[in-house]
Amino acid sequence: MNKTINQKAWFFVIPVFVLVAFNAIIPLMTVVNYAFQETFGNNVFMWEGTRWFKQIMLSERFHASLGRQFLFTFIILFIQIPLGIAIALTMPKQGVGVPVCLVLMSMPLLIPWNVVGAMWNIFALPDIGFLGHSLNALGFDYNFTQQIGDAWFTTILMDVWHWTSLVVLLSYAGLQSIQPAYYQAAEIDGASRWAVFTKIELPKMKKVLTIAILLRFMDSFMIYTEPFVLTGGGPGNATAFLSIDLVKMALGQFDLGPAAAMSLIYFFIVLLVCWVFYTLMMRNEGNQ
Amino acid sequence: MSLELKNVEKKIGLDTHIYSTDLKLEKNTINILLGPTLSGKTTLMQIMAGLDKPSTGEIWFNDKNVTGMKVQKRNVSMVYQQFINYPNFTVYENIASPLKITGISSDEIKQRVGKVAELLKLSGMLNKKPNELSGGQQQRTALARALVKDSDLILLDEPLANLDFKLREELREELPKLFEDRDCIVVYATTEPSEALLLGGNTATLLEGKVIQYGKTLDVYNKPNSLVSAQVFSDPPMNITKIKKSGENCSFLDNSVNWKTRINIKDGEYKVGIRPHNITTYKDGNNSLEIKGKVLISELSGSESLIHFTRGNLNWVSLSNGVFQKNVGEEMNLYMNADEFIYFDENERLVSNG
Repeated sequence: MNKTINQKAWFFVIPVFVLVAFNAIIPLMTVVNYAFQETFGNNVFMWEGTRWFKQIMLSERFHASLGRQFLFTFIILFIQIPLGIAIALTMPKQGVGVPVCLVLMSMPLLIPWNVVGAMWNIFALPDIGFLGHSLNALGFDYNFTQQIGDAWFTTILMDVWHWTSLVVLLSYAGLQSIQPAYYQAAEIDGASRWAVFTKIELPKMKKVLTIAILLRFMDSFMIYTEPFVLTGGGPGNATAFLSIDLVKMALGQFDLGPAAAMSLIYFFIVLLVCWVFYTLMMRNEGNQ
Repeated sequence: MSLELKNVEKKIGLDTHIYSTDLKLEKNTINILLGPTLSGKTTLMQIMAGLDKPSTGEIWFNDKNVTGMKVQKRNVSMVYQQFINYPNFTVYENIASPLKITGISSDEIKQRVGKVAELLKLSGMLNKKPNELSGGQQQRTALARALVKDSDLILLDEPLANLDFKLREELREELPKLFEDRDCIVVYATTEPSEALLLGGNTATLLEGKVIQYGKTLDVYNKPNSLVSAQVFSDPPMNITKIKKSGENCSFLDNSVNWKTRINIKDGEYKVGIRPHNITTYKDGNNSLEIKGKVLISELSGSESLIHFTRGNLNWVSLSNGVFQKNVGEEMNLYMNADEFIYFDENERLVSNG
């Protein structure tokens, strides 16, 4: 058979190129543009080299918000991943319970993010909110608008409520794909429930869990809307995570250069962590 | 040592998965459960293993009632159609896994794993993970796991079904040797009659949750107790036609084929089963009875020719050694040996196997 050489096939790729260019490359380039220059409006730019990057990298404010960001992401991953797996393990595997559980589980995921923030804000208000009022009635001195610990507690609780379902759904899908023969084989070997979990279920869920951790890492690392509506970054700067701090710098103070440099650093941190994590998880992974 | 199913029945809701079954399997035997998909082979095996409880009836092992006893206490092992190994364990750890909880010393575990690994040609890959192995090697690992612990009962549920042709042939040849000199009962489920014949031992034919016949594999093959059993144990499917007998003269109902018989059954109408390989495209000393047919499909499988042909509104199959190419629609003569016909009565019970 002779292969026909036909370069027209490239035309089919053009729409993707155009799309990616408009939604990713061009906006990113604008940010790159700002990150290396100083502007006072009127389309006047001055070359600043790496000044903004140095400034951000050395700024205590950036270190603080980056620290808060890592702490927040670490805490919610630490809670949501085990909790999600645990819930998935207890969900029914067949019968009418399955669709009921799945629908109930997806509910939080369907709610718009700012609504989640507003909901929890009202829910947690110390005077009229159900959660806030109840906690105070029980004797806890709870006020998320004034106390740092309470603000963190509420933000984390909100994120767990909002996003654990995603981990549950992914884990559940992973569990459902394990053939019953594996459980039988383990039963024949006399394996304990814990051994079944660590030797069969966890290894078989490895890929979906990798995806779950990646998604939860990225989303929580870029979290903006919900804490913005809930606490507005406060009290003080206590819950000002990276994106909240970034918006303050860019739109509040109109420091476009440093904000652009910070965006790029932010972007590279997300990219780097995801790449390292994925590479580590998928090492030694064959064609299973 | 023996495994006995007494009046075992399995119902799930209103569906009967296994109809009342009595079966006695002796030690040092290979017992083949032969039947098409959904005939109840897997369910029956799970009941035998203790992975599943029968709705009614009892399972006796060594003259001891083991109905409802947990599978861990039964010393059984099982190999599945899918290659079931612990994904994170190396081949060595996988094979050793059934021994871990038995409390055997690690030296003995090492020695026994080494022995089984050698038997299954896995010695060179003990440090690999299952997903680095080929399908055949994965199934060898699963087999090794089943053999390593000296089970009383080894159950194999279509272990070769997911392997490609060559690996299947290779492993099929080794299987009977693996179970030699083992003090155990082997149960082997398969959909393929040829596999049952190759493995020998005993065979139970199954259809739709019923054990149709159980006995020595060759006996079941040569003397099917019923038309159903013969059909289960025939691939390609058996040819069936109605005949009438009067004295020593037999003929197809349409009188197209006539022969003389010496078998001693009363006159009347019968159904006759003819195995495809007993209908050939060539005439020789034994195959002398001639029938005519119109070629429907002609296909080659290795050095055998499979010819589907029609007679009236019935489809027939013939399997001949050698390569014969026939054109579709061609009228041709085929030859049979009347001594190989199997006769069934109107209730489809065996009356004579020729």
